[in-house]
Amino acid sequence: MSGTRAVQRPGSAEALDPARLDLLLKPPRARTGWQVLPARVMAMCVVELQKLRHDRTELYTRAIQPALWLLIFGETFTRIRAIPTGGIPYIDFLAPGIIAQSAMFIAIFYGIMIIWERDAGILTKLLVTPTPRAALISGKAFASGVKALIQAVVVIVIAAALGVGLTWNPLKLLGVAVAVVLGSAFFSCLSMTIAGIVLTRDRLMGIGQAITMPLFFASNALYPVAIMPGWLQVISRINPLSYQVDALRGLLLGTPSHLLLDYGVLAFAAVVGIAAASSVLGRLAR
Amino acid sequence: MTDRATGAAGTAGDTTGAVTGGDAADAGADADAGTEAVSCRGLDYSFGDTKAVCDLDLSVRAGEVFGLLGPNGAGKTTAIRCITTLLPVPAGMVRVFGHDAAREKMAVRRLLGYVPQQLSADAQLTGRENVTLFARVFDVPRRERAERVAQALEAVDLTGAADRMAKTYSGGMVRRLELAQALVSAPRLLMLDEPTIGLDPIARTSVWEHINAVRRATGMTVLVTTHYMDEAEQYCDRVGLMNRGRIHALGTPDELRADLRERRRGAPGEPGAGGATGGPAERDDAMPTLEDVFREVAGRGLDEEGGDFRDVRNTRRTASRVG
Repeated sequence: MSGTRAVQRPGSAEALDPARLDLLLKPPRARTGWQVLPARVMAMCVVELQKLRHDRTELYTRAIQPALWLLIFGETFTRIRAIPTGGIPYIDFLAPGIIAQSAMFIAIFYGIMIIWERDAGILTKLLVTPTPRAALISGKAFASGVKALIQAVVVIVIAAALGVGLTWNPLKLLGVAVAVVLGSAFFSCLSMTIAGIVLTRDRLMGIGQAITMPLFFASNALYPVAIMPGWLQVISRINPLSYQVDALRGLLLGTPSHLLLDYGVLAFAAVVGIAAASSVLGRLAR
Repeated sequence: MTDRATGAAGTAGDTTGAVTGGDAADAGADADAGTEAVSCRGLDYSFGDTKAVCDLDLSVRAGEVFGLLGPNGAGKTTAIRCITTLLPVPAGMVRVFGHDAAREKMAVRRLLGYVPQQLSADAQLTGRENVTLFARVFDVPRRERAERVAQALEAVDLTGAADRMAKTYSGGMVRRLELAQALVSAPRLLMLDEPTIGLDPIARTSVWEHINAVRRATGMTVLVTTHYMDEAEQYCDRVGLMNRGRIHALGTPDELRADLRERRRGAPGEPGAGGATGGPAERDDAMPTLEDVFREVAGRGLDEEGGDFRDVRNTRRTASRVG
C-alpha cells in the first residue's frame, strides 16, 4: 500500500474494520441437489425484471408489431373471410398466433444477449459461480420467458381492446402463461445454441432473421394446418410454435385443441433446447 | 514452488510476504496455515497449435498476494482461466485449496472470487443489483442478502453510488464494483486478471488500496495477473515472472532484484545485463527493478513480443509522478 495521506482521495480505501465486514468472512451455505436449479432460474428472472423496470422502451417498441398484425392483417382478413377458422372471426383466430409469434421473436434473439454478455465479461463471471451450465441456461431460458410473458400480456390487452373474445378464466390464463414460458424457453435455447455455434452477433442476427419468418409461416399461427400443402404440414408438425399456438387457441378461445400433447411437446422441446445450449456454452467461454 | 522455474526461481527461499492485519486476517491465515491455495502441476493448455501454457508448475500459498507477471500473450490469463475452471484441464493438474479443478468444479468455484480482465458490470443494472445477483448465485440466504451486499459495497467504498446505474460509473468504480461482486460470497481466493488495465493512475492506486484493505480485513489469498511491474513490486508478496507459457523466475520482488544484482556483480560487463537502466556503474551497484529482472530472465524473446514493455515503462513514470 502506498503511504499515508493527509487528505483522503475520493475512492481511496481507509482501513476496513473487520467487525463491519463480518458477513464477508462467512461463506454462504451452499444449496445442493434440486434446490440449485430453481434458485438460479429465480436469480436470472429477477435480473430480467430489474432491467425491464429500469428501461421500458423495449416493452413499448415491441408492442407495435403485434398491434399492426392484429389491426391491419387481422381486421383485413376478417373482412375477406378467405381463411377457414371454424366459425370464429379471423382476428380471434389470429390473436393467439400473434401472442406466440411476438413471444418467439423476443426469444429467438436472446442468443445475442448471451454473446453480448460474453463480450462484456459478464458470462465469464457467471460461469465461475457455482452454477452448473444447464442451470445457467435454464435461468436464461426462463428469464426470456418472463420477458415474453410481459409481451403476451401486452398483446392480450391489445387483442381485448380490438374486441377479440378471449377468456378471463384465471386457470386458463395460467395455462397460457405456462405455454408462453415453455415456448420461449425453447426458442431462446435454440438461439443460444446457435450463438454457441456461430459465436458472433452478426452471424446470429442473420440466422435469427432467416429462421423467424419460416418458423412463423410454417406454423398454425396464421392459418389452420389443414389448408397447408402436405410438405408444409410435415414441417408444421415438428414446429413447436404450432403446439404453442394450439394450446393458446384452445385456452383463450375454447377451440378444439390437444393440450396434453401441446404441453408435452413444449416441455420436451424446452428440455432438449436446454441440453443443446448447455452443451455448446463452453465454446462461448473460450 | 515452481519446480521447473529457472533463473532467479531458485532463490525464492521460504520467505512469505508478511500477512499483516486485524484479527480476521489472523484467523483466516491460521485456518489456512500451511495450506496451498493454488497448486498447478505440469499444466499445459493449447489453442489449436498455439501453446498458451507449457508445463506450468505453480504454488500459491494461503494468505499471500501472488502476482503472475508477464507481457500480453505470456499465458497469464489462460493459466487463470484453467484455475477458475473456465477452461477444461485434466484431473490432477490444478487444485484450489486441495479441490481438483477438473473433478470438483463446483467446490472450486465456491472458493473463488473472480474479476476478469474486462470491465464487466452489467450496465443495465444498478451497482447494488449487480452485487445482489452474485449474492443470489452464491446462495446467500434472503435474510442476510441485503446486509451482505451492503457490506461488500461498503468495503469498496461504493455505498453512496450503490443505487446508481452501473453505466454511470467510471472505470475505477466499475472495477471496485466487480471487487464487491467477488467479495460478497466470502471467497478464500480472490483472482484478479489484470485488475488495473485501462485505468488511470489514481484509479489504479485506489483499486489496489481496496484490494489490500479487504485482504487485510479478511485474510484471503489473492492471485493477480498484471503486466505493470511497479504494481507487483509495491503490492505483491511473491511474484512469478511468466513468458511464453512458462514461469521464468519466482520469489519476493526484493529477492528477485537482489539476486539479479548479485549475478551482475559476479558477471560485470555481461552483454545486456543493464536492462532498461543506466550505464556500467549503475549496472553493477544500483538495485535493479523488477522489470530488469524480467528482461534478464525472459531474454531476447521479450523484445519480439511487441510494445508491452515500452508501455510498462511509460506507466511506471506516470505512476511514480502521481505517487
